[in-house]
Amino acid sequence: MDARRGFLLAEAAEHLPPVVPVEPVVRLRDFTRRFGENTIIHGLDLEIAPGEFIALLGRSGSGKTTLLRTLAGLDDARGQDITVPGSRAVVYQDARLLPWKKVWRNVALGLRGGNVRERAEKALSEVGLGHRLDAWPLTLSGGEAQRTALARALVREPQLLLLDEPFAALDALTRIRMHELVLSLWRAHAPAVLLVTHDVDEAIALADRVLVLDSGRIVAEERIAAPRGERDALVPRLRDTLLGHLKVAPSDGGIVRLASARA
Amino acid sequence: MTALAIPRPHFAARLTGQVVSARWFSPVALLLLWELGSRTDVIPERTLAAPSKVLATLAGMIVSGELPANLLVSFWRVAAGLGLGVGAGIALALVAGLSRSGEAAVDPLMQIKRTIPVVALSPLFIVWFGIGETTKIALIAFATVFPVYLNLYSGIRGIDARLIDAARSFGLTQRELIWNVVLPGALPSLLVGLRYALTIAVIMLVIAEQINASAGLGYLINNARDFMRTDIIVVCLIVYAFLGLGADWLVRGIEKRALVWRPSIVEQA
Repeated sequence: MDARRGFLLAEAAEHLPPVVPVEPVVRLRDFTRRFGENTIIHGLDLEIAPGEFIALLGRSGSGKTTLLRTLAGLDDARGQDITVPGSRAVVYQDARLLPWKKVWRNVALGLRGGNVRERAEKALSEVGLGHRLDAWPLTLSGGEAQRTALARALVREPQLLLLDEPFAALDALTRIRMHELVLSLWRAHAPAVLLVTHDVDEAIALADRVLVLDSGRIVAEERIAAPRGERDALVPRLRDTLLGHLKVAPSDGGIVRLASARA
Repeated sequence: MTALAIPRPHFAARLTGQVVSARWFSPVALLLLWELGSRTDVIPERTLAAPSKVLATLAGMIVSGELPANLLVSFWRVAAGLGLGVGAGIALALVAGLSRSGEAAVDPLMQIKRTIPVVALSPLFIVWFGIGETTKIALIAFATVFPVYLNLYSGIRGIDARLIDAARSFGLTQRELIWNVVLPGALPSLLVGLRYALTIAVIMLVIAEQINASAGLGYLINNARDFMRTDIIVVCLIVYAFLGLGADWLVRGIEKRALVWRPSIVEQA
């Protein structure tokens, strides 16, 4: 669904009532962020459709974290043209659970309305932690802590789920399991997802659209139409393209360098 | 000169070695020497009473009710002083820790207060409050404010900013943030402050009770001094030591309950 097609749909909508153009849940127009003399983000435009899974790639210092903090509502963004949904949730690289609250109370943190314990239990069962409700966070493994953080985000039924390198600190096997879990939760709850990562393969495996952020600008955008699980054929070309945008030499170049370093 | 050349020690010799290297050996040896010294009149009773005599006096003072009654008076002084001091310390630390303007108002005053040795204030307190209970309680209270204030304040300021960010991103209000994140996060520091405060309270009790007390442990000691009853003095020293131990035990108990989520305690459970 590219911009042009969206435009055509909008035109057609006048004549065909059932087809309604989709309002994006996130819209940033000419978003700029400065800290003193440093401009972190330059005139960034971004739209995220409801239920869209976006991966944001960028090197350290590219402005990923600043963008995420803005979308999470943690940074003051007065005077900027920003639309974000009211219900958002963030999963951080470090799970950031409150160590003095039991697992289910962490999930229930700040929940409004009734049945708080029930809703927390349901969310924890969904991530496979139904048996750890009353555990202390410091006794959880890294994977369990991250699943708790996912449950804490999903229990809010967010329209926008922000994932800030949530798998970076996990071992490879746990990471693969977490990928599957995130996809199944995304299918079940259909939030728009912005996954910040520096892992190109992870971005290709999970996202509908991959954005590359460099020096505060979106320098590349790749849509991936192929269904997840059938993307293996695309991976080499996409990886090289994306790594090129990230200004990293393709992987075989790295091997050559390693070999020459050993020789 | 190799290890093989050393002859294997006899069983009795090895046992002696074990006893001598045990941690209880030197205190017990000292007590026995002390008792021996008293029995042989090397240590006269007006210098220091024998341990056996001290024990007998302790038992007599408990049975007659003299010790429990005076201990209760001292205990009440510590409790009242601590209650006021810890309460004020917590309140001031919350004001200074939770708002910038509160910090600007409270912290300089507390830092000035810190430079004044509380004991040196006792003449002023006597002028203000007389030589009754008020001065004793005020000295204990005034001395225990600072450790509680300093530890809780730095505990509040030292909360992990990432946890606060995370909690804010889940829509907690300022009040909920303080209750769910800031205060529980600062609790370990508060308990450290409380432990210092308890130790200081016992020290201040000793000093405050030197001021014309008509009851309490200090009164017992002063009286005993006048009659050169070294046995009663030693009994009171033992009671002071147990007060300190009891205070430590109390804070440990609180910590065990309040910090049950901490890994060291979690692992033991």
